[in-house]
Amino acid sequence: MTENIWNKVTTNAVWKARRDRFEQTVLPHLNAAYNLARWLTGNEQDAEDVVQESYLRALRSFDTFQSGRDSRGWLLKVVRNTCYTWLRENRGKTVTQFQESGQEPQSTYADPETELIEKANSDLVRHAIEALNIEYREVLILRELEGLSYKEIAHILEVPLGTVMSRLSRGRKELQLRLFESTREAKT
Amino acid sequence: MSCQEARELLDAYLDGELDLVRSLEVETHVKGCDRCCLARDEYDVLQHSLKKHGVYFNAPKGLEQRIRSRLRSDKDSQRKHLIPSTFPNWRPVSIAASIAALIVASAIFFGTLLRPSSTNVLAQQVVSSHIRSLMADHLTDVASSDQHTVKPWFSGKLDFAPVVKDLAAQGFPLTGGRLDYLDNRRVAALLYKRHQHTINLFLWPTSQADSEPETLAIKGYNLVHWTQSGMTYWAISDVNASELRDFVRKQRQ
Ligand SMILES: [Zn+2]
Repeated sequence: MTENIWNKVTTNAVWKARRDRFEQTVLPHLNAAYNLARWLTGNEQDAEDVVQESYLRALRSFDTFQSGRDSRGWLLKVVRNTCYTWLRENRGKTVTQFQESGQEPQSTYADPETELIEKANSDLVRHAIEALNIEYREVLILRELEGLSYKEIAHILEVPLGTVMSRLSRGRKELQLRLFESTREAKT
Repeated sequence: MSCQEARELLDAYLDGELDLVRSLEVETHVKGCDRCCLARDEYDVLQHSLKKHGVYFNAPKGLEQRIRSRLRSDKDSQRKHLIPSTFPNWRPVSIAASIAALIVASAIFFGTLLRPSSTNVLAQQVVSSHIRSLMADHLTDVASSDQHTVKPWFSGKLDFAPVVKDLAAQGFPLTGGRLDYLDNRRVAALLYKRHQHTINLFLWPTSQADSEPETLAIKGYNLVHWTQSGMTYWAISDVNASELRDFVRKQRQ
């Protein structure tokens, strides 16, 4: 009995220390977590909810995290999974199964148009990213905004490296196309 | 390299994700190809507009605080943690028993009443001591990498003279010593570094027979316990288990 009680008291202390260690490890990545959730859910309130839920999930599975490993990637993987769960539960139809289409978006730019893109304001850029298929959007966010390597992205998405490469390439082309179109619309 | 191949690899090339050989092949092709040059310019423009237009969403103010308080009140992970698998028969105790537990536990902390002796409970104590030493900014009482400074510091503070080894040459530099309290007695804690990680080595006299090093893992920490020549040793760190065993081998030499 006394051993068990003693054990309870020490494990409680250990739990607190573990939670502190957790906070020190993953709270510094809060902006990265929020940015990803914001881009995947599409609005502030849902992004906040998803991020809070993600941190709780991450704390509960902190035992599986090995210190010294990539803590940002580990957290982002939890955030992404939580986003998908949330999207499935709340949006139903929004998450459509991604299909690799054989066709690449055709590039049609000449020099004056690329200049137009450069002038696109941030609203246009944001809308263009939001309009992307989620599979393109997430690789773009992770690569362009978080600066992760293909390998890190492949690990978060649990897909082969080659898939990251092709999604990123197509996602960029589609984004260029959308930006090009929206900038032209804005001009006329 | 054909234009089609180059276009396939262009993004990876511009992202710096290709190996050197492939990278040179793509580079050579792009230099002599107008279509690929145009595609490269498009890539640059896109990079530029993503950076320029600040499409990154920073976390709103107050979110960090809201997360902290939710983590603190998260009963699930706490409960999961309160029932270690080594004590499958543990059941929640009543409030009265909890109060009693607190009294008993504080008595144990002051070492006056009971003597928890199982290796498991001792291992928990070692983990707690290690964590306290890292957090309370109280890692060392005597900070020195010189074993001839650390060893004499303990004299008069302990009823035994700990063997202090400097293992800097073997990759585990000594950083200092500290008095600690384990198994209801004063013990020596020696601090070592392994890269950025701290290793605590606790030692004190025992009447137990020699035992070979035994490795345990508790809450993300690795522990190695052994008894040698009338002294009992506990090494603990967040370095991986094989590095810690390597440290122990060097200690035992
Ligand atoms: Zn070409």
